[in-house]
Amino acid sequence: MADILVYALHYEGAFNKNSLGAITEATKLAGETGGKAHAVVVGEGISDELAATLGDYGATKVFKAEGPEGLAQPVIDTMASVMTENGIDYALFGGGLLGFEVGAGLAARLQAGVTMEVTGVLVEDGKLVAERPILGDSAISQSRYKTKGIIIGRLNAFEAKASGGSAEVVNVTVEPSAQAAQASIVSRGEQRGADVDIEGAGTLVAGGRGLGNAEGFDLLQDLAKAFGGSTAVAATRAVVDAGWYPYAGQIGQTGKTVAPKLYLAAGISGAIQHKVGMQSSENIVAINKDANAPIFEFSDLGIVGDLNKIVPKLTEAIAAKRGS
Amino acid sequence: MKICVLVKEVPDAAVTKRIDPSTGRMDRSGEKNLNPYDTHAIEAAMQLKEGGEVQVDEIVAVSMGPVSAVRALHKAVSLGADRSVHLSDPALAGSDVAATGYALASAIKKESPDLVLLGQQSDDGECYTIGAVVAEHLGMPSLTQVVKMDVEGEGVKCERQAEYGYDTVQVTFPAVISVGDAINEPRYPSLKAIMGAKKKPLETLAAADAGIDASMVGADGSQVQCGEFKAPPQKAAGQIIEDEDTNDTVEKIVAWLDERKLI
Repeated sequence: MADILVYALHYEGAFNKNSLGAITEATKLAGETGGKAHAVVVGEGISDELAATLGDYGATKVFKAEGPEGLAQPVIDTMASVMTENGIDYALFGGGLLGFEVGAGLAARLQAGVTMEVTGVLVEDGKLVAERPILGDSAISQSRYKTKGIIIGRLNAFEAKASGGSAEVVNVTVEPSAQAAQASIVSRGEQRGADVDIEGAGTLVAGGRGLGNAEGFDLLQDLAKAFGGSTAVAATRAVVDAGWYPYAGQIGQTGKTVAPKLYLAAGISGAIQHKVGMQSSENIVAINKDANAPIFEFSDLGIVGDLNKIVPKLTEAIAAKRGS
Repeated sequence: MKICVLVKEVPDAAVTKRIDPSTGRMDRSGEKNLNPYDTHAIEAAMQLKEGGEVQVDEIVAVSMGPVSAVRALHKAVSLGADRSVHLSDPALAGSDVAATGYALASAIKKESPDLVLLGQQSDDGECYTIGAVVAEHLGMPSLTQVVKMDVEGEGVKCERQAEYGYDTVQVTFPAVISVGDAINEPRYPSLKAIMGAKKKPLETLAAADAGIDASMVGADGSQVQCGEFKAPPQKAAGQIIEDEDTNDTVEKIVAWLDERKLI
């Protein structure tokens, strides 16, 4: 029998979709061992009613603690306490930045094993076995845990399924660790740059560091215009962090997940954090000057060449084709 | 203040990485280099030192790895670190992430730094988690993916991108901060710095020197047992066009898109 504890990330009255997926997955896995899935919520003034809705995804109990949101340490303190007091040996995270921070810290606190970027979990002799792609997704490695296991899912690895139900909410008070008092949130969820809608687009033209500078996005705007219809321009984290493109247009780990009919990537190497946000696109076309770029391993059409030469001519050709 | 920067030796980006079937560990032979993400952490330390907001007395590069990892430390010193600490012991081989973080934290503890900096990820292990493990063992707060740091009084104001946009977090020293690659453009080392790197102090620590409990490290001391490597379901390889004549290339792209009714 293995009980599993899941961290439910909360923001402005809603729980993160990936956290809900992790609860659904944990409920299935725990069920196979005859155990239960429980959730942990840490936040300021989250109502019992809202916390109880996690039961809809399978959580039996929701352990709720008051504490600042957006920081790892208060969640580590709470989860470590709940796992120890309730004899829970496994924790599951639905991915995301905070999941990595909390999961790794929790593993250190509990002397547990930790595996990240997990895409699948199995039950074997009542224990959890995590599967994680490694070496640029060219192989899958299985992790087994000696005692306790912390499993951090890859973004979108677990699908949330509502099944109806309500969880019992247990309010917990946890003695904060000394280091928890050393970090405080000044502001959370700041949207930088203009609002860009990329989720509804049928075609996405996306740019990465290979564009060279912010002006490189002008080439992509022109190409998007040539495609017309519901085409939008998107970007990788690296260039959003660099201030070349608005955050609202970012794809991947801490951005949006998209699946357009056509995804055209220019100057994007195809790091895992980006791939997880766009790999379900129907058709993937990549232009990159580096023939060894990982993106060519999962694109349907790859062009090895200089985007500064190719994109303007492609724009012209598509405009001409649509005009004819 | 004293800053420790964690660095790692990784296979060169051009080397095809593979698992050694006889050991089940990554084959780390072949050309190696300093993890490119770590150069951003060293640069961040240098900018704090040169920025004048805070007096940085010393920048110490710390690495765990086999004898060859000394080269990564030399590179770190050539980029600005004042000296380096090399944690190296056969007993550490095969440590998982949690055991590695514990061992590194033990070596760092001897230095009592005010700030520990590291890169957002290693180029080979793709983990992003070592900073949080190290922080927990040191009893320090940890933040990852930080793209802006402003030292203010007894702490540092950090900006980073999280699930819902950009978060600003105030952290009091001592702390462990992993920096995102957008935080700065690392400088190139001068020839003089490269030549002088080998003359800077380098301390080599065995596990016992760092006070590491041998039962908590190495393959046997690790909590995760990895194995049974298998191939994932592969997507059929796509078509590749090498751009030689751009007009010709564009014609082929348009035809490909048109065939799939994507224009």
